Amino acid sequence: MGAGHAHKLYRHGHSPVHALPPHTKLAAVFAFVVVVVSTPREAMWAFGLYAVLLGVVAYLARVPAPFLLKRLLIEVPFVAFAVLMPFVAEGERVEVLGMSLSVNGLWGAWNVLAKGTLGVAASVLLASTTELRSLLLGLQRLKLPPLLVQIASFMIRYGDVITDEMRRMRIARESRGFEASGVKHWGVLAKSAGALFIRSYERGERVHLAMVSRGYAGSMPVIDEVTASRAQWSYAFALPVAALVVCVLGWTL
Amino acid sequence: MHVPDGFIDAPLSAATGVVAAAAVAVSLRGARRELDERTAPLAGLVAAFIFAVQMLNFPVAAGTSGHLLGGALAAILVGPYTGVLCVSVVLLMQGILFADGGLTALGVNITDMAVVTTVVAYAVFRGLVKVLPRRRSSITAASFVAAVLSVPAAALAFTLIYAVGGTTDVSLGKVATAMIGVHVLIGIGEAAITALTVGAVIAVRPDLVYGARGLQQKLKLRVDGELVDVPAAEPVPVAARSHRKVWITGLVTSLVLAGVVSFYASANPDGLEKVAADKGIDAKAEEHANADSPLADYGVKDVENARLSGGLAGVIGVGVTVVAGSAVFWSVRRRRTADTTPVSTGV
Repeated sequence: MGAGHAHKLYRHGHSPVHALPPHTKLAAVFAFVVVVVSTPREAMWAFGLYAVLLGVVAYLARVPAPFLLKRLLIEVPFVAFAVLMPFVAEGERVEVLGMSLSVNGLWGAWNVLAKGTLGVAASVLLASTTELRSLLLGLQRLKLPPLLVQIASFMIRYGDVITDEMRRMRIARESRGFEASGVKHWGVLAKSAGALFIRSYERGERVHLAMVSRGYAGSMPVIDEVTASRAQWSYAFALPVAALVVCVLGWTL
Repeated sequence: MHVPDGFIDAPLSAATGVVAAAAVAVSLRGARRELDERTAPLAGLVAAFIFAVQMLNFPVAAGTSGHLLGGALAAILVGPYTGVLCVSVVLLMQGILFADGGLTALGVNITDMAVVTTVVAYAVFRGLVKVLPRRRSSITAASFVAAVLSVPAAALAFTLIYAVGGTTDVSLGKVATAMIGVHVLIGIGEAAITALTVGAVIAVRPDLVYGARGLQQKLKLRVDGELVDVPAAEPVPVAARSHRKVWITGLVTSLVLAGVVSFYASANPDGLEKVAADKGIDAKAEEHANADSPLADYGVKDVENARLSGGLAGVIGVGVTVVAGSAVFWSVRRRRTADTTPVSTGV
């Protein structure tokens, strides 16, 4: 992946959030999500505070609100599920927590919606302030097995290539008047997938040969080791620590 | 089926995270055996392939469309270990980059969609390939059955996880019927596309299909020197035929048992649980009872769906069991053929 070939999920910038080492950001986001998930759902105000915290981070990272909101749309299928929940939940169960059943379903819907949305928002902020390559470095730094990081990096690097191949095949199909409208077209789609697999596999073999001829012996050398100072760690962990305070308040109040 | 944050409670998320980590660790070791030192580039590109294939929408009935999950496809094309690895990497990247599936739910997602689909699919596939005649078409047929079972199996696994650590109060029976019902439909589409894809690859480059690799090796026979002789091939089919009969009868009986008899078997818990509900035993205790015997529970909540879901659960259960059994069988037989080959060539 050459210079300037940044992923479309990444939003270039020079904010303090962008400047943080990737593994501190990864750890902070993960800790934040864990704290959010373990908050009692009855403490509605706590989730509001979490949203404010994320808003502050977004402001510091200079990520505009429309960008963030657009990316949140990924969650829509679960919103549909959550809306259904109060209707589905009634009937079967005997009283839980002394409430009537539909109320219980509403609580469940709120629980999934609030926690899910906060989790998605945190991930979106991470992805839009961290470059892909440094994200992978951060994962390696967090002791993810190197082989797994290599597989992920190949997937990311060649993901666009393979997806483009898929797109070209789709355009070729469509320009010949093909439109997948029913079961009888599954065969065509499957043949496309088969052709795509062979192309991906053969490309993998070529890449491997190229790597071997350049001295690859099973592990990738680490050339840019990223380290984080104590100040950077504490800066990154301001978010989850603040969230933890809110969470503890939520349990006690 | 990407589970968001907060859907499953924290302890179970951690537990499934441990399961997922263990599965990935085992797969990392196994994948090296499947792909030797080519693991990183090949598995990476296969992961990219799965990622692309998941964008391939196929039309299902009534104007809706589903997309491939790819677990079965990966297991058959590149082997179970690499398959688990590839789907896990896809899920990890989807979680971090696209926020598709929660970060804390990563363990749930990997256990459910990467491990369960791949392992079930590959086990069923292996078992069927053993039973069916050694032809290319039977590979295609086996991959159809493997894929059709793998998707509802993942739905079943999700229901199980939900039963233990779900944070919402939708009744288990409803979740089970909805999940399994929908995923049986998706599974059919997935199976058709998987089988056709495997067929297309076999037609062009059969050497790339991991699932067909065993067949070819047995036909060709590995001989120590460059001698490619046929005589050593004789003992193999004999052993295979005697096993095959046992396999077919065993598979058929267990499928019949699971599909038909399990319905009657699940009538018992139905009565028991109904009594418990009538007596007004509190919800907490009931929940635990469900968690302990989820398979029995599928036939319980809705009488209409009891036959279908109970039978289905049984069939999937048999698939898993058959696979486990066949794995033992296979390994034993593998060793035996490995023993005989050098002896016969030596003579």
